[in-house]
Amino acid sequence: MTDHDPKGIPRTTPRQSATFSRDVNSDIRRAAATGIYDIRGGGAKRRVPHFDDLLFLGASISRYPLEGYREACGTDVTLGARHAQNPIRLEIPITIAGMSFGALSGPAKEALGRGASAAGTSTTTGDGGMTPEERGHSKTLVYQLLPSRYGMNPDDLRRADAIEVVVGQGAKPGGGGMLLGQKISDRVAEMRDLPKGIDQRSACRHPDWTGPDDLEIKILELREITGWRVPIYVKVAGARPYFDTTLAVKAGADVVVLDGMQGGTAATQDVFIEHVGQPTLACIRPAVQALQDLGVHREVRLIVSGGIRSGADVAKAMALGADAVSIGTAALIALGDNDPRWEAEYNALGTTAGAYDDWHEGRDPAGITTQDPDLMARFDPIEGGRRLRNYLKVMTLEAQTIARACGKSHLHNLEPEDLVALTMEAAAMARVPLAGTEWYPGKPGATF
Amino acid sequence: MSDVQTIDLEATGLRAMNAQLQAQARQTNRTAWEIVNARGAHAIAAGLDAPIEVTVRGSTGYYCGGMNQQALIHVHGSAGPGVGENMMSGSIVIDGDASQYAGATGHGGLLVIKGNASSRCGISMKGIDIVVHGDVGHMSAFMAQSGNLVVLGDAGDALGDSIYEARLFVRGKVRSLGADCEEKEMRAEHLDILRDLLERAGADARPEEFRRYGSARKLYNFDIDNAY
Repeated sequence: MTDHDPKGIPRTTPRQSATFSRDVNSDIRRAAATGIYDIRGGGAKRRVPHFDDLLFLGASISRYPLEGYREACGTDVTLGARHAQNPIRLEIPITIAGMSFGALSGPAKEALGRGASAAGTSTTTGDGGMTPEERGHSKTLVYQLLPSRYGMNPDDLRRADAIEVVVGQGAKPGGGGMLLGQKISDRVAEMRDLPKGIDQRSACRHPDWTGPDDLEIKILELREITGWRVPIYVKVAGARPYFDTTLAVKAGADVVVLDGMQGGTAATQDVFIEHVGQPTLACIRPAVQALQDLGVHREVRLIVSGGIRSGADVAKAMALGADAVSIGTAALIALGDNDPRWEAEYNALGTTAGAYDDWHEGRDPAGITTQDPDLMARFDPIEGGRRLRNYLKVMTLEAQTIARACGKSHLHNLEPEDLVALTMEAAAMARVPLAGTEWYPGKPGATF
Repeated sequence: MSDVQTIDLEATGLRAMNAQLQAQARQTNRTAWEIVNARGAHAIAAGLDAPIEVTVRGSTGYYCGGMNQQALIHVHGSAGPGVGENMMSGSIVIDGDASQYAGATGHGGLLVIKGNASSRCGISMKGIDIVVHGDVGHMSAFMAQSGNLVVLGDAGDALGDSIYEARLFVRGKVRSLGADCEEKEMRAEHLDILRDLLERAGADARPEEFRRYGSARKLYNFDIDNAY
């Protein structure tokens, strides 16, 4: 194409619409061709205010740092001391989020258990029940009670170290799950009491309780069945964090797990992932406020998840008031998900390493989000466990590095005062000052 | 048979009572227990795992007999929401009515309700057998996966919505069927199942009086024309 038309008049450069971008147009064409919405795995991919928009101040004349390699900086956390006879004590405040056997292969679940146990933390079951491999390789295992109740049974309940009542997840607040037929193998079908090969739907509401008053009674029943021994977590999506946290505490939770919109899912509608729920950063302070207003901050523990990637993210979440964090997507990447070594195969699937999110199709080249025996065989659970342990160790060291620089002898001592924000949005959400100012939007008593 | 052990729930407290019942070994010879002063308490006899007989005097609150294994629980009264939820084996008999979600997600065992059951009876059932002598409310057997729901009376709206492989037998009228639920042929094998369940539930009815409902299996693989 020349710069001028045949009459010699200069052409304008071809201009893509910001509204009708290439991505948007491809979505429209796909929808028009298929008549069905796009389903994918993972969390929100759009840019939202996040921990990257916060910075630590570090020490200075007015703050005294701890010696980087010599002075202690504690990382342990105890969960469930509010009501449970046997609270969970973790060596690091980074847990592995619930991911189902079914969505993940058996060896991948085993690797999560191995890595978490070696690092001194917990892992979590998912929609589909508890597998022997997972229980056997997880020193501390949290057993999820989900709306579907697939595989739920009292023997496993009593084998668990904690119970997590899942009300919602950040990728799809108000949505149920789905596991498409390609992944319903004989074993998955048997565990879920379903015919093989069907597209399995998980309910979005619990079958036997509605609302916070019922939830309180449900938690009572779970405690009675397990003899009040183990902690009860309540997991909520980042929807209305102040009220959801308040109601979870009222219902008797020992731990509130709060999952923002960057938190992943095995499969749901893309429109759900990208357009429902709040960013993780926007959820933490309202949840902490709720705990403080009830006088139970640090008694009822808060675990934050959704987009945690590094020790910096861990430290920032904890500085904002979380007691621990949870990782899912990052753990899968540590295991080998979306690794460029499989680039040719990702290309064959019409995608590229880093962007592969059709986990529901069961054709994962890395052998993690699949039930295909040949693909599963590519994944070594021992090596995967070692990689996850390494990653958890690095995150912990990074968080300690930051905490020491802020003069903190325990990660729990990090506080909002250690932080500033790079953007107005992050300042408003995190309720920490915009860098270079003493102000954030909504600050009590502040004037423009 | 050993003497009946009586527990006054009001005097003993829920935790101590359930702990005592839960402590009964699978080979216990202390087989007969009676709970008095139930007074609508929640989670009565939840999480039992022994072949004991528990008689409850009075009505129960939520989740009576929740996740039951082996025990035979007989409530001489009505039951609140979620009676026998996720039960695995054994049996629960309710002399009166049952509130919502009776037998929800149950994997096994027999739940008998001699009165009526409210909405969502047998929701997400996964192998349990439920016999209701009276009527069941709306959305009963929603997403029911396996097992048998027998209703001697009528069924409310949207029976068996999004049902998988559970079998539904109704003697009376069905107000409406839910998505993907349809009437199915009653074959000899179904009459045998029904005859056995009616007998075990002490129900005065003949299998031939019932109609069978189950999944049309049109929702089993996602199709845009089924979405609404």
